[in-house]
Amino acid sequence: MANARIEVPKTAKRGDIIDIRTLISHNMETGYRRDYLGVPLPRDIITHFECKYNGVEVCHAVLHPAISANPYLTFSTVATESGTLEFTWTGDNGFTFSESASITVA
Amino acid sequence: MAHQIKRLTRRKFLAATGGFGIAAILAPRAAAQLNRTQPNNMPEVITRLVGPAKVNEGKVKIMLPPLVENGHLVPLTVRVDSPMTEADHVKAIHVFTDKNPLPEVISFHLGPRAGRASIGTRVRLADTETVVAIAQLSDGSFWSDRAHVVVTTAACLEEL
Repeated sequence: MANARIEVPKTAKRGDIIDIRTLISHNMETGYRRDYLGVPLPRDIITHFECKYNGVEVCHAVLHPAISANPYLTFSTVATESGTLEFTWTGDNGFTFSESASITVA
Repeated sequence: MAHQIKRLTRRKFLAATGGFGIAAILAPRAAAQLNRTQPNNMPEVITRLVGPAKVNEGKVKIMLPPLVENGHLVPLTVRVDSPMTEADHVKAIHVFTDKNPLPEVISFHLGPRAGRASIGTRVRLADTETVVAIAQLSDGSFWSDRAHVVVTTAACLEEL
């Protein structure tokens, strides 16, 4: 099963821009490769990523096969209030994975 | 008569082996040509995204290493010069390549909550190619930057 790592600062000052880094384990099979018998390997990638801050969307991304295996994404957001940041990845073959991180805003 | 037949067969033999020789010389070239990645439909895809609007140069800064050894994992950062306010912000950052099997790489949708229009990821590059980043602003304008990357070990070498 997938495993995700997230880096969000534990504390921040109100109004600060915080950097967020996410990494999830996933093969990101492009659909352009073949196995050793020459049989094409079907595409199996993460297609969507979403980040919500206390239920409000901060950003979302559409991923394509050109994203490397174990997708790594970095972006930023404004620390507005204490709460949780929720990250969701969805993809082919019903793949879905969520992870959250809490932040205290002073 | 027998002599003539022999000569004919020898001629045929030479023609056949000569043909093989030429085939042996040409086959790897043909294979190499097939292996070389062809430009994809990137301009068409960009036109579909942008529509009638004009894509301006500037505001966007795409950061990629100029030479990469491993096309499977190429760090990419895109920064857009924007105040990221409700009135003036980057709505989306799109990344395209001109020689990957598919031109699309990522579309990152942002808003004023992002604070800063800067995204990073790691991409696959199938060949020495140009990577284009296009930023879509809240006022409807498009801005772009491009980078040429030399790739020594391409991603998707196994394909074909």
